[in-house]
Amino acid sequence: MSLLAVENLSARHGLLQAVSGVSFTAAEGEILALVGANGAGKTTLLRTIAGSHRAAGGRISFEGADLGTMRAHRRVQLGIALVPEGRRLFGAMTVEENLKVAGANGRRGRWTIETVLDAFALLKPLLRRRCGELSGGQQQATAIGRALMTNPRVLLLDEVSLGLSPVAVRTVYDSLQTVIAQGDTTIVLVEQDLSRALRIATRVACMLEGRIVLEGKAADLTRERITEAYFGLRRGEGGMRA
Amino acid sequence: MMFFDQILQGIFLGAYYALIACGLSFLFGVMRIINLAHGSIAVLSAFLVLSLAEHFGISPFFALLLAVPVMAAAGFVLQRTILERSLRSGPLTPLLSTFGLAVVLDNSMFQSFGANTRSLAPNIGDLSFAGWSGPGGIEVGQLAVLTLVVAVALLSGLQALLTYTPLGRAIRACAEDPETAELVGIDARHVYAAATAIALVTVAIAGTFLAMRSTFDPYTGPTQLIFAFEAIVIGGTGSLWGTLIGGIVLGVAQNLGSQVSPQGFLIGGHLAFLLVLAARFAFAGRDWRGWFGVRSRAVA
Amino acid sequence: MKGAKDCEGAPAVRRWSPLSIAAIGSLVALLALLAFGPAYLGSYLTDRLTTLFIYVIMASMWNALAGYGGLVSVGQQAFFGLGAYLAIRLSYAGVNVYLALVLAPLIVGLFSLPLSSFALRLRGGEFAIGMWVLAELAHLLVNLDGLVQGETGISLIAISAFAPDARRSYNYWLALGMMTLLVVLGFFLLRSRTGAAIQAIRDNEDAAASVGVRVFATKRLIFVLAAAGCAAAGSLMLSTLVSFQPKTYFSVQWTAYMLFMTLVGGLGTFEGPIVGAVLFFLVETMFADTGVWYLIGLGATALIFSLFVPRGIWGTISDRFGIQLMPVGYRLRFRVPSNAGATP
Repeated sequence: MSLLAVENLSARHGLLQAVSGVSFTAAEGEILALVGANGAGKTTLLRTIAGSHRAAGGRISFEGADLGTMRAHRRVQLGIALVPEGRRLFGAMTVEENLKVAGANGRRGRWTIETVLDAFALLKPLLRRRCGELSGGQQQATAIGRALMTNPRVLLLDEVSLGLSPVAVRTVYDSLQTVIAQGDTTIVLVEQDLSRALRIATRVACMLEGRIVLEGKAADLTRERITEAYFGLRRGEGGMRA
Repeated sequence: MMFFDQILQGIFLGAYYALIACGLSFLFGVMRIINLAHGSIAVLSAFLVLSLAEHFGISPFFALLLAVPVMAAAGFVLQRTILERSLRSGPLTPLLSTFGLAVVLDNSMFQSFGANTRSLAPNIGDLSFAGWSGPGGIEVGQLAVLTLVVAVALLSGLQALLTYTPLGRAIRACAEDPETAELVGIDARHVYAAATAIALVTVAIAGTFLAMRSTFDPYTGPTQLIFAFEAIVIGGTGSLWGTLIGGIVLGVAQNLGSQVSPQGFLIGGHLAFLLVLAARFAFAGRDWRGWFGVRSRAVA
Repeated sequence: MKGAKDCEGAPAVRRWSPLSIAAIGSLVALLALLAFGPAYLGSYLTDRLTTLFIYVIMASMWNALAGYGGLVSVGQQAFFGLGAYLAIRLSYAGVNVYLALVLAPLIVGLFSLPLSSFALRLRGGEFAIGMWVLAELAHLLVNLDGLVQGETGISLIAISAFAPDARRSYNYWLALGMMTLLVVLGFFLLRSRTGAAIQAIRDNEDAAASVGVRVFATKRLIFVLAAAGCAAAGSLMLSTLVSFQPKTYFSVQWTAYMLFMTLVGGLGTFEGPIVGAVLFFLVETMFADTGVWYLIGLGATALIFSLFVPRGIWGTISDRFGIQLMPVGYRLRFRVPSNAGATP
């Protein structure tokens, strides 16, 4: 059975339809990469799953149970955690406090400050630093570590590499590999870097104008097919819906 | 020596202002709400403590212990019924609703307790007038010293709560970014209700000291709100020890003003407040870090 | 983007509707009728209507500040009191009493101009209480004036030179005139380019600034209008009450009344405060002698409206039926796509 199932989900920003009729499932330990241009609805989709954005229609179920209008903090306690776009750390609090506050309010489990520091070794000397003073890569590591502290079964990662230096991106992804290696955390990640997405993911879904237009095993998809879907080139309407 | 004495008394008066201000400042820091019913709630708790003390014939300090859970529960209810709904309707609504609440509270207290001025001073025996004499004829009241001690203890306690406890960290997380706080499993509604309960406990303490050190009546609330607000602004919005310093500056300015004319007490305080604001505008851009470590956003 | 695409045809932008033209027409007729009020109303009604006009001024001015400028002030009694005080001062300096009543609000308006540089740098709750502090300070300073004799107060004796009936009519006309002037000023202010700016600021100050709206200048205009308007209300109140006691005029109760009228009528709608003033006038006429209960009721009503009926009575009616009698905004009519019907 799939751990997370999204059926015919739609979400709006005012009159703007950001997500329309999206369906996908993710099994335990699966790594799903969401790709697509800016404004394709990826961030809204993740926020809706996490409970930060209200769904306008459709269903999200976790272990077969409908999440309905459950609030975000309850979803965290079930095991759904989002690393939001822009990282959104508590900038006035230290790295340690950011980790602790999540640890105190999420699920219990394998992830503690010690295990997070093992996976994200760069954070060790930074524990007492205020997050507002950290570099982008350090902040992203803290943000992922903070989400892990809630011991999620589904980890939603939005724009992991946005605004980071290539070195920082590599460090963050190396650490993510140690999370993936545990094998029991489902990850849905939004990534602009196609080749990186293809390397890390088991499956890829491409979004265009609020819909999933291409989905498949990462191994089966070529860069070209994804690029076409990314820009909506294979479709007769020229990418516009009537 | 007269001058020195006025400053000393101003410092003790300032300690009371820090007491009354810290709940207002705390709530503003957490929810960005300025509770216009703050002073009225302080007077309400003064009436509560007075009624308990008189009804059971107990010391006001025991009565305060009984009042604390009542005010904490009132804070919880205030958050769930009024503040939460106001917050959702935009930044101006909390001002409108809490002002309406202040009008209701003031007049309801008038309806229930009448227009007479009251005081807890008769209930605390010697404490209301006993003091120590220092060199040069300086008198230091025991109640004044107690107020200062309680103010420092309360502010330190709040600081420790915010720094070292899980609830404190959750409060700071919600103060900074409630949406993200929810994403790490924090129930922001619950945290806000707890914070309001804490704020009203501090208000209960402040109300008791108001009643012990002076007289009050059902319409004393607005003045207390203004003093609390002035102390906060002088000290730098949302800053912990700033609140104490702000209270002291206000108290000293009022005491010095009273030396000039009978109305100088209030005028001196208002002028100090305006001068500090003007100075802050002149040095705009340099902001204080508050006790939540967040730059005070509401200050231009 | 999708929403606009799904609309059929270009949206139509309109300012006047037949209803609003009819409304303005009947309003002009009503004003003409009111102008001859003292001739047929009798002394009681003439006095009561004078009070109603003052309430309309107060509510409209507070609404201009809060509803359009996004500035909640708990200190408008500062200007109310100063208007009355200056009228007294001018009258005792030998100025004709009715001229003094007119000059006082103008001077307060001028005085509020430099004050605005200071006050408008406060935001949100800081502005609200900051204005209250200014009102308290104005009250204390007025008390220092030997003429006023502290809280004892003083009367506008010069006005008793007029016979009671003549005075009643003059007060009525002055109030009617000032109300009409201020409401019309507000109307044109909101219709002008500045009006568009004002509404942009109310909706989102930072966004308005980023598209080039001169936020500060616009807010200052509203602040000065509201100051002069509240001062006019104060000086008119003095003309009917004659006696001036600082405590009465600088009472925060006036702001409570303004808040009540505006919230109940409809904050941020042009017509709302007028509706609110009429309602307040009726409520006061019926319940004022219940004393404190009356005040508790006012506070509770304001509280309930702020939480549950944020658009007030008029705002709710106008939203529900799309009615706007005083066309201060533009009307954008387009067919909402049926699949987006859930979003208002």
